[in-house]
Amino acid sequence: MTTALRAPRRASTPTVGARRRVIVLVIGVGAVLASVLLSLAFGSRPVSAAEVVEGITTWVRGETPTDIGALAVQSRVPRTVLALLAGAALALSGALMQAITRNPLADPGILGVNTGAALAVVVGIAFLGITSMWSYLGLALAGAFVTALFVYFVGSVGPGGTTPIKLALAGAATTAALSSLVSAILLPRQSVMDEFRFWQVGNVGRAAWETMAVVAPVLIVGAVVAILCASALNALALGDDLAVGLGVRVGRIRIIAAITGVALCAAVTAVAGPIGFVGLMVPHVVRLLCGADQRWLLPLSALGGAVLLVLADTVGRVIGSPGEVEAGIITAFLGAPVLIVIARRTRMRAL
Amino acid sequence: MPAPTLISDAQLTGVRDARLRRERRRRIALSVLALVAIVLMGAMLMLGNTIYSPAEVIGVILGQDVPGASFTVGTLRIPRALSALLAGIAFGVAGSTFQTMLRNPLASPDVIGITSGASAAAILSLIVLGWGGGATVTLSLVAGIATAVVIYVAARGGESTGGRLILIGIGVGAMLDAVVAYLLVRADVYDVAVAARWMAGSLNGTRMEQIPPLVIAVVVLVPLVVALGRDLRALELGDASATSLGVRVDRTRVLLVIAAVALACFATATTGPIAFVAFLAGPIAARIVGPGSSVIIPAALTGACLVLAADLLGQFAFDTKFPVGVITGILGAPYLIYLLIRTSRRGGSS
Repeated sequence: MTTALRAPRRASTPTVGARRRVIVLVIGVGAVLASVLLSLAFGSRPVSAAEVVEGITTWVRGETPTDIGALAVQSRVPRTVLALLAGAALALSGALMQAITRNPLADPGILGVNTGAALAVVVGIAFLGITSMWSYLGLALAGAFVTALFVYFVGSVGPGGTTPIKLALAGAATTAALSSLVSAILLPRQSVMDEFRFWQVGNVGRAAWETMAVVAPVLIVGAVVAILCASALNALALGDDLAVGLGVRVGRIRIIAAITGVALCAAVTAVAGPIGFVGLMVPHVVRLLCGADQRWLLPLSALGGAVLLVLADTVGRVIGSPGEVEAGIITAFLGAPVLIVIARRTRMRAL
Repeated sequence: MPAPTLISDAQLTGVRDARLRRERRRRIALSVLALVAIVLMGAMLMLGNTIYSPAEVIGVILGQDVPGASFTVGTLRIPRALSALLAGIAFGVAGSTFQTMLRNPLASPDVIGITSGASAAAILSLIVLGWGGGATVTLSLVAGIATAVVIYVAARGGESTGGRLILIGIGVGAMLDAVVAYLLVRADVYDVAVAARWMAGSLNGTRMEQIPPLVIAVVVLVPLVVALGRDLRALELGDASATSLGVRVDRTRVLLVIAAVALACFATATTGPIAFVAFLAGPIAARIVGPGSSVIIPAALTGACLVLAADLLGQFAFDTKFPVGVITGILGAPYLIYLLIRTSRRGGSS
């Protein structure tokens, strides 16, 4: 457990001043705005600055522009909003999971939560004939919860509690097991498979206001609960005994934070498909910049996650032009090197 | 008065007896496994839409012209059974080599991302480049070895390379799986069905010309691994102990990694990544032969039995014909979870 905490050791020193955090916060907000502008301006069709302005102003007024460039800009609005929401939610989810497991590798993708959600959705499509967004969301949530609990249980038996490696192996093994079930269900059903392969790649390109409206409440409530948990999570980082001494109800706060973390990533998975590594990368970078104080870490991670996913989506559209490379693929490519760095920095227990 | 000895005669006899018992158990276990594999092979050749008698099957194998059976058995069932046998052997040896070398029963090539590299290359070759046969095998072999090298290099340096190697492997595997997903989204519907079936690990449509590369790989590489097996058992004691026993640790490890990766990649390129065979063969074989003896050959036979039995189940046990990988995946999952929990309990993978 202590080994897990050692990853951000350099950054967790109390020397990180409030000024630096404010600077990072300002930069973060600026980066969100800049990334949104980039996301609206770049894509498979290049548009001029005037068209961007026209697209945004007409969108705000609720009009349909005549200019095709401005129309292209408008068509990029929903996916940009979804990328903002999804990125923020995933990063928050990762930060929460890392805080309660005190494990640097806790990430919805690595813990197999995404595959759990995927299996539930596939079962829904194949056997229950679900079509509504609500049932997608419900199933994804249920699948994600069961998987997260299971992986955490398997990863924490034995001496030493959850070590990074036990957790990662439990996640990888569970993912492999669930993937076979997914193929067993999909292979005899050509049409379901055709639907599923698009869902399987995390992507904000299919964003629609109706589906976002369904998950937005989950995301907003989740974010609020996460921020409210922050100071209790700080106490948790001192160890359970000290936290109890500080008046924190350790068991309850763990459960609340875990439910929130899983709900956030499951909701995103329901609308955007599995997007890995955002929850892994962003909190680590933020911790390096601003220290491990959860009251700053959680909101700044949300900002960072939003920036990352909006940029990943934009980059994917530019390099994949005239098609696109899905955001989930870009984040996987960015995330794997980060995972390697974390694995190299974290001192592992002797195997 | 005779010189005092540290070990009494009675103790010596006890040790000798125990060793004899172990050897007898090993011999019996190997014979039973081989017998089971042969019976399963026979069943695969005889069973199907038309059931042929053993005499007819043997006739076909001997090259006689048996009406009907010559095509069904000779062209369809023999390649299928052979590829099941060979892929099982290859996966079993590759998996148990990795598990022994990294001293972790969970560290098989399918968990640490090496088969993902081979899969990504094979999918690329199948649905983007439109290659087949030898080119696909070569490309996925190259990609698998490249993946292993990347993981190995990224994990080098500092203490406890094993744990880090596994973590990095999982990360690299996740990245490669993203590549596979990306390629699948780009493919057209017909190719997706083929690719997905392949991804699940399937023996359907195995043709005779796919067999020779796999035969060569198994014939060349399995003896190499067995020959290095002695050093491998020393490696299991830890690098320092192995060095003091006279094992050239780096050379042995590199040779073993290359051989194991190549076996896994040849098998993956031919049949697709059959889930969990590499993972399960070693631990099951270790249980069958008992402690204290090399697990490589028992794991090869266990792997073959697993693939053969799973393919028979997939073909005949259900209304829909499932590819072999789906069966091994579903049957393997509970055992895998059990293994995870047991390993953690002992603190083996902490």
